[in-house]
Amino acid sequence: MNGAAEILAGAVLVSLNAYVLLAGADFGGGVWDLLASGPRRAEQRSVIAEAIAPVWEANHVWLILALVLLFTCFPPAFAQLSIRLHVPLAMALVGVVLRGSAFAFRSYGGQRDEVQRHWGRLFASASVGTPFLLGTAVGAVAAGRVGESVASSPGFYAGYMAPWLSAFPASVGVFALTCFAFLAAVYLPLETDDPEIREDFRRRALAAGLAVAASGTVALALSRGIEPLQRGLLGAPWATPLHLLTGAAGAAALAGVWLRRWRVARIAAASEVSLILWGWALGQYPYLVPPTITIDTAAAPPETLTLAMVALGLGGLLLFPSLYYLFRLFKARSPHAD
Amino acid sequence: MQDLLAARAQMGVSLAFHIVFALVGMGMPVLMVVAERRWIVTGDEIYRELAQRWAKGTAILFAVGAVSGTVLSFELGLLWPGFMRFAGAIIGMPFSLEGFAFFMEAIFLGIYMYGWDHVPPRAHLAAGIVVAASGMASGVFVVIANAWMNTPTGFELAGGVPVRIHPLEALANPAAPTQTLHMVLAAYAATGFAVAGIHAFLLLRGQTNAFHRRALTIALWVGCPAAVLQPLSGDLAARQVARYQPVKLAAMEAVFHTESGAPLVLGGWPDLETETTKGALRIPHGLSLLAFHDPNAVVKGLDVVPRADWPNVPAVHWSFQLMVALGTYMALVALWVAWRALRTGALADHRWLLRAVALATPMGFVATEVGWMTTELGRQPWVIYGVLRTRDAVTPMPGLVVPFIMFTTLYCFLGVIVALLLYRQILHSPQVDEGVWAHMAPGARHADA
Ligand code: HDD
Ligand code: HEM
Ligand code: HEM
Repeated sequence: MNGAAEILAGAVLVSLNAYVLLAGADFGGGVWDLLASGPRRAEQRSVIAEAIAPVWEANHVWLILALVLLFTCFPPAFAQLSIRLHVPLAMALVGVVLRGSAFAFRSYGGQRDEVQRHWGRLFASASVGTPFLLGTAVGAVAAGRVGESVASSPGFYAGYMAPWLSAFPASVGVFALTCFAFLAAVYLPLETDDPEIREDFRRRALAAGLAVAASGTVALALSRGIEPLQRGLLGAPWATPLHLLTGAAGAAALAGVWLRRWRVARIAAASEVSLILWGWALGQYPYLVPPTITIDTAAAPPETLTLAMVALGLGGLLLFPSLYYLFRLFKARSPHAD
Repeated sequence: MQDLLAARAQMGVSLAFHIVFALVGMGMPVLMVVAERRWIVTGDEIYRELAQRWAKGTAILFAVGAVSGTVLSFELGLLWPGFMRFAGAIIGMPFSLEGFAFFMEAIFLGIYMYGWDHVPPRAHLAAGIVVAASGMASGVFVVIANAWMNTPTGFELAGGVPVRIHPLEALANPAAPTQTLHMVLAAYAATGFAVAGIHAFLLLRGQTNAFHRRALTIALWVGCPAAVLQPLSGDLAARQVARYQPVKLAAMEAVFHTESGAPLVLGGWPDLETETTKGALRIPHGLSLLAFHDPNAVVKGLDVVPRADWPNVPAVHWSFQLMVALGTYMALVALWVAWRALRTGALADHRWLLRAVALATPMGFVATEVGWMTTELGRQPWVIYGVLRTRDAVTPMPGLVVPFIMFTTLYCFLGVIVALLLYRQILHSPQVDEGVWAHMAPGARHADA
């Protein structure tokens, strides 16, 4: 056991968690942009755009932080993930680039409606593809094939496609996408004062909540064949309480949406998604990249870990007050929301 | 295409693309902050309009900078897992610090861009200052990592594996001070001159425009001091290279044979067969003097290593020559500007000066690109100089030409779009005559915004 390494692995996960809750909802916003419909289609889109605009770059940095912490503190894990998941990660990056730039081009670029729609479509489709691919990559890690050495599976297909191109990783991709869409739909009613738009998002949140439950069930069912994951997800002593808690959070989120208690719904939905993420992490603990690389075997030397913790501490002192300021400025509107 | 070559090309294209936006991300906040401060101090509304237009014009560039930087962070692993496995624990530190700098930059950029009506003017200005400072910090941190690749310190090798790792020593590697200084100055010189050049060009078409006159002055205030200092900091960089990376210096200067009292070779075509440089201008003892401040110092030539370990000599030599030529031109123009400013104060009325500044518009960016080609190509075949070869760092995945083509196409597409959008933005800059502005109704000012 290596205390510093465990803490830093936890920090990677906290960053990922923040990324999922914040940037994930930005991706989800893109999903609802794509699916915008009805008479208030244009208004829905502009609520989404205004909600995302001031914060998406900051939200996006959580992914960078998770990444740099991973390669600083656990270099072999980063190398292994990068080698085996090259294809889905490269495709996800194309999505990240297209989504970010298309969003900026739409906000600042064309005055003409036609051009705007063009960028809007690109932004929205990239917002669907990217979470799916990122989720697939996570699913592939959980499935335990990414950690095997490349030498053990020669050939391009066996080495670089097979680990992620199968049913379970894909189901995790879909699950991630529905989770993000759900988060966005639950957050969005608080971004507008227009009761009709709120109702639009309320209907979407209810549908997405059910989709989360359905796609989660499919993913769980597909995980049957995956022995270590099964042991972690179902066998461990904490598994049942965690599942119950996750389910309760999900039910509370849906109830909150149903009763238009937006703030309650927000907190419950965020808790539900976070618990799912931590469930995955606990399920494969102490492995970073199962079945070979654990937190201990991948950890950088103690000098590096100590400094990384110092950097995290000092960075956090700067970061959290700044984030608080940002969100208070742009997200503390709608006083009569509840 | 060979996989290693494709990986190198992809890394080069990604970095060459990103650096354009990184320069803007470091330089433009400074310009905006200066303009906004002028507005607060003088109450002249044109300055506020200027800061807002600059902010609006560069918002796209910030977004593209952020996403292309994300691609790079992943590419370090996707293309060079061997490098990251070796170096992650040693130089992860600057990257982690860079992560926090990005956070500060992105957070306060959001506040700066969208907070004009949400926060009081001074808080808004402060947000701009944080953006400028964290943009600079992120550039400094990432260049420290690069400097370590050139002059690796802070570890010992035991059977090809790094042991006794000291990340702080790695941070303080010998190339770090010179490279970071040179890079920060490059950002201010490049953006300052690019913006000044654009406004100079527009002034040449309508010299009375008060908007462009102010813009020109601010941009020159940022660009000129940096452009004057740049050759000096380049000299520091070159002496550092001479001391710690002799093969790179030999390639930069096309020195094939070790000699004392080496001449400075300007231009010319290095011929690898005959090991001579044809058609070059030679200044006797020049190189020894510049690199070691001693006319008879011994300068190591390419012959100190086997030919297989040579970098691409013509490419490195030409990149370096071009950077120095452009840097010299920019420094001379900056001195001319300073002299005019001291003598008459009126910069926008001298047509030849405006032409000289307009000509320099792209030069800082080009100099930065070729400067990086010098540094990166000159390090080959090593990814960590003298320690790890590029070919041992590359991913084992076959078919790397596919992602190379994919990302190159993507970046070409984005490059064209960004250029078009910027061009449109510039065309729509307002025509305001001196004195008219202050009397306009508030609504009228934004009629074209
Ligand atoms: C505005 C841009 C700009 C300008 C005008 C110059 N440079 Fe430069 N130069 C860069 C932008 C740059 C750069 C792109 O920023 C580099 C690449 C790596 C680095 O640290 O800075 C660089 C690298 C670089 C290096 C290699 C450092 C290394 O590999 O470690 C040397 C020796 C010089 N420069 C020297 C000069 C000299 C003598 C100049 C005289 C005019 C000059 N530069 C002008
Ligand atoms: C943004 C300015 C930069 C440009 C334009 C640039 C350019 C390049 C080019 C052209 C290559 C390919 C060289 C070759 O293989 O012949 C390369 C490789 C590489 N660069 Fe840079 N570079 C920049 C900054 C950096 C920084 C700051 C880092 C540091 C972390 C870095 C890390 C690498 C790595 C790891 C490689 C691959 C290994 C190698 O080819 O040596 N670069 N870069
Ligand atoms: C000399 C080389 C480089 C310099 C000076 C530089 C500087 C910068 C700057 C100033 C930004 C902010 C840009 C903006 O917001 O418009 C930025 C963004 C970024 N850069 Fe670079 N960079 C360099 C190379 C690299 C390399 C090699 C990497 C990766 C390893 C990298 C990773 C990033 C990332 C992840 C971002 C996005 C941050 C965000 O989301 O806001 N950069 N870079």
